[in-house]
Order: sequence, then C-alpha cells, then structure tokens
Amino acid sequence: MNNPVFSIMMKEFLLEYRMKYAFNGVLLFLVSTIFVGYLSFSGMIDNPGWNALFWIIMLFTSVNVSLKSFVQERGGLLLYYYILFRPQWVIQAKIFYNALLLVVLSLIGLAIYALFFGNPLKNPALFVVNMVLGVAGLAAILSMMSAIASKAQNNFTLMSILSFPLVLPLLLVTIRTSLSALEGGSFTDHWHNLTISVLLSSITLVLSNLLFPYIWRE
Amino acid sequence: MLFLKSNWAKILSVFILIYVIAGGFLFEVPMLPVVHESIRNIYFHVGMWFSMMFVLALALYHSLAYLRGMRPEDDLKAHVAVKTSLVFGTLGLIIGMIWARATWGAFWVNDPKLNGAAVGMLIYLAYLVLRGSVENPLMRSKVAAVYNIFAFVLYFVFVMILPRMAVASIHPGIDGNPALATGDLDPRMQKVFFPAIAGWFLFAWWIFRVYFKVQNFALKIDRYS
Repeated sequence: MNNPVFSIMMKEFLLEYRMKYAFNGVLLFLVSTIFVGYLSFSGMIDNPGWNALFWIIMLFTSVNVSLKSFVQERGGLLLYYYILFRPQWVIQAKIFYNALLLVVLSLIGLAIYALFFGNPLKNPALFVVNMVLGVAGLAAILSMMSAIASKAQNNFTLMSILSFPLVLPLLLVTIRTSLSALEGGSFTDHWHNLTISVLLSSITLVLSNLLFPYIWRE
Repeated sequence: MLFLKSNWAKILSVFILIYVIAGGFLFEVPMLPVVHESIRNIYFHVGMWFSMMFVLALALYHSLAYLRGMRPEDDLKAHVAVKTSLVFGTLGLIIGMIWARATWGAFWVNDPKLNGAAVGMLIYLAYLVLRGSVENPLMRSKVAAVYNIFAFVLYFVFVMILPRMAVASIHPGIDGNPALATGDLDPRMQKVFFPAIAGWFLFAWWIFRVYFKVQNFALKIDRYS
C-alpha cells in the first residue's frame, strides 16, 4: 500500500501496538468510569438516563483518545513529517485512525456498559449504526480540536472548552436517535438523523482539510 | 464602505436609534395574549442578536482575510469583532431572559433556540480563552483564525438547522429566520422593526470600529515605547 494516508495510519497502529499503554489506559478509563457510574446510578436509571450516561462516558473517552493525537509528536519527528507528507494527509490519517479506534472502543464500551446496567436495547442494529456514525463524527471534530489545542498550554482544559460546544450539534442528533433506537424506533424513522450525522462529519472533514495546513507548521 | 467609515454613519445610527427607542415605546402595537406590551422588546432583543450575528460575520471575514494575507491587522479585527459580538450577545441574552420571565414565567426554558444561543456564547468565550493560552503571537493568530472559521460554520449549522428539527419550540421562528418572516409581523410594528435592525447594525459597526482603533493604537504605543 503506497497511499500516504494509509501509511501514516499504519504507523499509528504500529505505535499503539508496540506501546499498548495508551489503548489500555483509555480502556481502563472507560471501564472505571462505567463502574463509577454503575455504583452511583444503580437502581435509579431509566431509558433516557441509560442513554445519556452512556453518551457522556463516550464523550469523555473520545476527548481522552483524541487528546493524544498531536501531543506526542514533537521537534524532530515533526520536521521529518514536514518533508514527507502533505498536511492534508496527516489530518486525514489522524481522523481516520481516531475514528477507527473510537469505534472499537465504543463497541467494547457498549458491551461492558450493557453488562453492568442491563441491556434495554430494542433495536440494537440502529443503535450500533448510529453509535458508529456518532463516534466517527466525534473523532473528526476532536482530532481537529486536538491539533489546535496542541499549540497551546493546559491542553486538557482547553481541549474540553473548545470542543464541547462544537460537538453538541452532532451529540444531540446522535443522542436523540440513540434514545429512539433504545425504545424500538426503526431505520425508516431516523434515516434523516443518520444523514445529518454523516453530513456534519463530512463538513468537519472538509473544514479540517482546508484549515489544518495553516496551523501545521510552526 | 466610504459611507460606513464616515461620521455620517454614526449620526445616522444615533438618529435611527432615537426614533427606534421613542417609536418602540410609544407607537401602537397589536395586543396579543401573553406577550401584551412586552412585544415591544422585539425591537431590542432581536436587534441585539442580529447585530451579534453581523459582527460575527465580520469576524469570520477578517479571519479568512488573515489566513490569506497574514496581516496582523486582520487578526486584531477578528479578535475585536468577537469581543464586540460577545457584548451584544450578552445584552441580547439578558434582555431575552427578562422577556422570558415576563411571558414564559422563567428566566431560562429548555428550548433549542435558547440553548443554541448559550452554545454560541460558550464557543466564542472559548475563542478568547484559546487566544489567551497560546504564547507565540504568530501561532496564536493562526490558531485563532482557524478555530474561528471552524466554529462559525459548525455554530451556524447548529443554530440554523437543528432547532428546526426539534418537535416543538416555545421560541418564535421555528421554520424560518426568527422575526424575519415579515408576513406575521404586524405592519404597525414593521415601521419600527426594520429601522431598528438597520440602526443596531450601524451601531454595532461603530462600536467595532472604535474598539478596533483603540486596540490598534494601544498596539502601536506598545511597539514604539
């Protein structure tokens, strides 16, 4: 495979595979957050609560995952990248990599979450499709925000305040569809919500491609 | 543009706003249930939000200009425009909250329009925090411009599209721009409403120019002292 976007993604996966602490760390974060939620909420959670808590946990996990996209690449490595790649390739690779990672994490998260909180899903197919589209969109927005936040100090706080208002549109659409899937809604009722998720992700992808080149080089 | 930079624009805006304030409080308005006389607030509340959008559009324009030409002046203009828009946004929010208390019984109701406004304020406050936390001036300008463009697009998707998907909104303007659907604005009110929008736009532009000049001057003093 000579596609540069693909090679950057492969490099990310290889790095992740070699030093598993990042993935394992986020996985542990996911599990412990779910467990804390379980202990605090158990016995008093209804369908909207189940759904909302799940998405809040997914949101924080996504921020945690995307935060690392740009901070670990400093100095010499960046110079090397400047020579090798176009900025568009880098941001695309980061977005696709984060999206893939988050989809895997969200599937694992859903399984663990259902284990603790019970599984009220009436339309699992719609729920999972919606979830995959949702976290992929989150990955797109958060990767770009991570690129911005990596240029500044106090990363995590900045990342949160920059991205939370921006992910809200996507998150609201996703949560609404997700709740409906929980209560047995069908694909035909929600195809337009799914389209909006995809559209928002596409807008983000296009904007990232256009804007990332300006902030890539110091 | 020449007119907008001359003193005539300022004089015009003052006269329009005197007319709007006088007319807004004195002219006859249709008596509707629930809102009653508070309907006069439309000249001020909507005017504030429109001005905020107008100044945000200016900020977007200058951010785009900055990325094209990399002139520090454009960055300063974008920064100043965002700050100005936050002033108008805060005023619109306060006026709106008072109005909401009078008509809906609470300062804040859970409604897509209101939440959209709150998100907008959060986005642009985050813009200011972002500017504050990047040390390198060149990088600060670039990052701020990029975030501004990114945020503007997503925010407009949020404000313009999403509320219309909601099942119901207590706020008027669910299927069009709020208050721009002139069909349902009483003709008696139109003769104050349209000048009001023009007057607030000119006023916002004036504030923006003054603020920019002051900041620009402060920069120059810094540079040469």
